[in-house]
Amino acid sequence: MTDPMRVRATMMGDKVEVKVLMSHVMETGQRKDNDGNIVPARYIVNVGASCNGRVVLSADWGPSISKNPYLAFRFKGAAKGDKVTITWSDTAGESRSDEVTIL
Amino acid sequence: MQQPRRTFLVRAGQLGLAGMAAASGLLSRLVNAEETRPAFTATSIPDAWKALGVSDAKQSTDIAFKAPDIAENGAVVPVEIESKLPNTRSITLLVEKNPHAMSASFTFPEGTEPFISTRVKVAETSLIHALVKTDAGNFYTTKLVKVTLGGCGG
Repeated sequence: MTDPMRVRATMMGDKVEVKVLMSHVMETGQRKDNDGNIVPARYIVNVGASCNGRVVLSADWGPSISKNPYLAFRFKGAAKGDKVTITWSDTAGESRSDEVTIL
Repeated sequence: MQQPRRTFLVRAGQLGLAGMAAASGLLSRLVNAEETRPAFTATSIPDAWKALGVSDAKQSTDIAFKAPDIAENGAVVPVEIESKLPNTRSITLLVEKNPHAMSASFTFPEGTEPFISTRVKVAETSLIHALVKTDAGNFYTTKLVKVTLGGCGG
């Protein structure tokens, strides 16, 4: 099970500003738990954003993005009421998409 | 004289092999086994550049890089990068002193601003590099972030 992202997309002039807060452990695989066992790696490797069927951002991530990742970006060519979809997939093969309406 | 010398050489060879095996065992334990993307397994910035197909990059002042001078918590270091270079295709973040230098790469399709804001982990006081790929070549800028409290409370 994955937790929903918190996504906010707002018009700023002719641009859409997107702010995303994901819920993910972003475990590096180098950390040890209290018993000294290595905590297995698990982190987001791909992030994508699309709007009106058009890709507006794609990203490749490693384990050094902070836990519960934050991401902000801006794009042009969309209007109030359009939908922005954010998708991530991680090393465990889990993925999640969340959609938000541009305000 | 011949015999002892040969046994010595053989012994030395065996020791060398054992040493190498031990070292590689240690390495594979340190390096994440699941990661297969070459750029993300690079341990230094030059190696990461090579894996990204970047042979040279010019230092540029047209890349705005915002990050704290001193980070109290290395696990959450906010970074903001904006490229003013025309036709910016991607921005890649690399932390020099992290076990694996490359942190993330962002690709901007037409219509998306060459701007990104996120948070990264910085293991110890280190230069952070922002590598920008454009149609006119590769550029980079750096920012020193001092980490007062690393992930391990050091």
